[in-house]
Amino acid sequence: MSTGRTLRRVLRNPLGGLSAALLLLIVAAVLLAPVIASQDPGASSLSEAFAGPSGDHPLGMDSAGRDILARILYGGRTTLGGALLALAIALALGVPTGLVAGYRGGRFDSAANWTVNLVMALPAMVVLLASRAILGPDVHVLMIVLGVLVAPSFFRLVRGIVANVRGELYVDAAKVSGLSDTRIIARHVLTVVRGPIIIQVALVAGIAIALQAGLEFLGVGSGSTATWGAMLNEAFQNIQRAPRLILWPGLALGLTNCALVLLAGAVRDALEDQTPRPARRRRARPAPEPAESADSAAPRAALLSVRGLTVAYARPDGTDKEVVHGVDLDVRPGEILGLVGESGSGKTQTAFSVLGLLPEGGRVTRGSITVNGRETAGLRERDHRALRGRTLAYVPQEPMSNLDPAFTIGSQLMEPVRHHLGLGRKEAADKARELLHLVEIPDPDRTLRLYPHEISGGMAQRVLIAGAMSCDPELLIADEPTTALDVRVQAEVLDLLRRLRDERGLGVLLVTHNLGVVADVCDRVAVMNAGRIVETGTTEQILGSPRDPYTRTLLAAVLDDAPARAPWQPREARTVTA
Amino acid sequence: MKKTPADAAPSDATAPDALLDVRDLRVRFPGKGWRAPETEVLEGVGLFVRPGETLGLVGESGSGKSTIGRAVLGLVPVRSGSITFHGERIEHADPRRRRALSRDLQVIFQDPYTSLNPSRTIGDTLAEPLIGQGTGAREARGRVAGLLERVHLPSDAAGRLPREFSGGQRQRVAIARALALRPRLVICDEPVSALDLTTQRTVLDLLLEIQRETGVSYLFVSHDLAVVRFMSHRVSVIHRGEIVETGDAATVTSEPRHDYTRTLLLASPVADVAGQRRRRAAAGAGV
Repeated sequence: MSTGRTLRRVLRNPLGGLSAALLLLIVAAVLLAPVIASQDPGASSLSEAFAGPSGDHPLGMDSAGRDILARILYGGRTTLGGALLALAIALALGVPTGLVAGYRGGRFDSAANWTVNLVMALPAMVVLLASRAILGPDVHVLMIVLGVLVAPSFFRLVRGIVANVRGELYVDAAKVSGLSDTRIIARHVLTVVRGPIIIQVALVAGIAIALQAGLEFLGVGSGSTATWGAMLNEAFQNIQRAPRLILWPGLALGLTNCALVLLAGAVRDALEDQTPRPARRRRARPAPEPAESADSAAPRAALLSVRGLTVAYARPDGTDKEVVHGVDLDVRPGEILGLVGESGSGKTQTAFSVLGLLPEGGRVTRGSITVNGRETAGLRERDHRALRGRTLAYVPQEPMSNLDPAFTIGSQLMEPVRHHLGLGRKEAADKARELLHLVEIPDPDRTLRLYPHEISGGMAQRVLIAGAMSCDPELLIADEPTTALDVRVQAEVLDLLRRLRDERGLGVLLVTHNLGVVADVCDRVAVMNAGRIVETGTTEQILGSPRDPYTRTLLAAVLDDAPARAPWQPREARTVTA
Repeated sequence: MKKTPADAAPSDATAPDALLDVRDLRVRFPGKGWRAPETEVLEGVGLFVRPGETLGLVGESGSGKSTIGRAVLGLVPVRSGSITFHGERIEHADPRRRRALSRDLQVIFQDPYTSLNPSRTIGDTLAEPLIGQGTGAREARGRVAGLLERVHLPSDAAGRLPREFSGGQRQRVAIARALALRPRLVICDEPVSALDLTTQRTVLDLLLEIQRETGVSYLFVSHDLAVVRFMSHRVSVIHRGEIVETGDAATVTSEPRHDYTRTLLLASPVADVAGQRRRRAAAGAGV
């Protein structure tokens, strides 16, 4: 379990360790008040009023001749005890209701939300003042009321998290496994809300202490018992005569609250930041070394030519992890090259290297990438961006997540056109219409006004292809462009790619894992495994007579030619096992 | 042309020996927002699965294919129609009955990444269904080792967290979890569509092997005709909440009778250049 690890992380954080130690110290001192302080907090000797520190009274005496140390320690009991009471009430009300509302939803959820919104709309200070007038000046009553007032913060926190977890498949799986709701909550849900609740507890404790002190300071407290707030009040009244009186309660309140807030921060850091990040190396990006001469010997294609490409990612400890080990590939104008491989083979890394869009930490370490004969490996970001706008274009795998839900299709198509081609609003709209026409969207004018959620996935992918074609690129990099689509829509999108290739002479680097897609549109294929190209050839050759053992394994796993399963026969299982 | 399930496949009427018998199942989801109209996801679906049989359920996204499985499992409320499992009506089973049913009725989900709780060890996840049925913690731990062996995972996997495993291995864990209670029927909801081609084949082979040895039935939901054809004795094709065609796997996937099935079949590309060219030509001619 990760509880121990989280705790260790909190304590190793300097601020976390310090604030935890300080809180422990304060709580211990307050608990041990009778041992530490020799005096009774209420015992007063008027003759010693405002007396300075002395042997018997290390912090001196207050306006009524009472020992300040004793009052601080005993007052802490009331103050911290009150905060604890408020917290307990808030947790008892907020957490279970939040769990049930989030997990069950439905009517209870609606009712609870209404109640919570109502409570949150109430001005806390006014309610506290009113409740004191009605229920009497008792610290505990005030803290119970405060607990009720802050309970919604716990409710909302827990409900939100639980509602998310409820949608997870592992909760469905647990239901199907026959676990009761209580068990599911205990096993799968509580572990997730635990961390955020701890953070919230620290923050609410701080608020409770501050509010309570505030009330006492205003003189709304009980008056008779010593609390930090009441001490502040008294010190404030005598601020002209003995300014130092304000120091001790102020210090106690300040330190306690600081420690709570810092501790909450440390816990949050420990929970959120579980994995160390690799060191940033944005600026110092060394130019990739040239590929070994043997690779460069092969004749290079006109449009895209990659030679000896290696890609590496920085590890947290500063070393590099190489994921692509020397890739060669070529795309000619009017040709679709399929880059085929399984997950982790490096096919997407290769495609992103060409685009100059490797994720943070990744970089091209060796080799050369030329587009139209121009070297682009190690190109400055600004130059690469210009290249991406005009010569290179990209079509992603997930059409929906690559459209901004807040803008219409029209504005998302027009924006890059206006930027790259410098067109006016009117011309850009015409261009967008023309692009949608190019990708065979039936009613371009209507589509331009729609938002991404109003169109289907296949339509979204067409829109993205339209966007990619907007600046009339020569090379299209498509990363699994049809994987998220249904087969009928996939066939249409592949038709579109084929047409763009034939009519415009577009070169396409098509990254895919689907050999059926390869057979459908690709002219040539490069098969990639574990960061290397194992075989390149025409589609007929690779699919028909593969030479590399890995390509053969891949083709053997295709189920197209596997016979359909024979019809069911009763007792099939028994006859086989017998 | 609309066809009722009975028209589409006479063999689909009923089977006296069926383990799972679903008739005229209707499921609606509430619309988003206040008083929004409900959307009907299943519009009267009928199917059955016999002991030791695999029924493949194929359709596109949004066709309602996964909803059928979820309705059988009690994860979505049933509007009308009947679900009979092992002679018992279960479409409105109460939570207590549901928990008892989980002994016989299990599931393997599509996504092996979110179907395992990331903060629980594999052993913990596998023991979950056993503990849910009242098995003692010690005995459950003993059974976990056997389950891991069953799905060809190393026995030290029990102490590790899901993130240490690949997609295929995680799906093996999900299979082991489904098998823990020795169920009669497992709903397989796109169990291999998140996996690589070679991994996909080994997971399918594992499912077939388990079926041969234990006689478990599968309701195998997938969008991939080739996978369904390989796995299923019979195949039902679902389109917009209705089953348009049911029949033996070979018949449905090579001589489909319904237009929709034909379009679906011709749109699925095959990894063979000449074959795919023929398919594309046929699809172009047909539409």
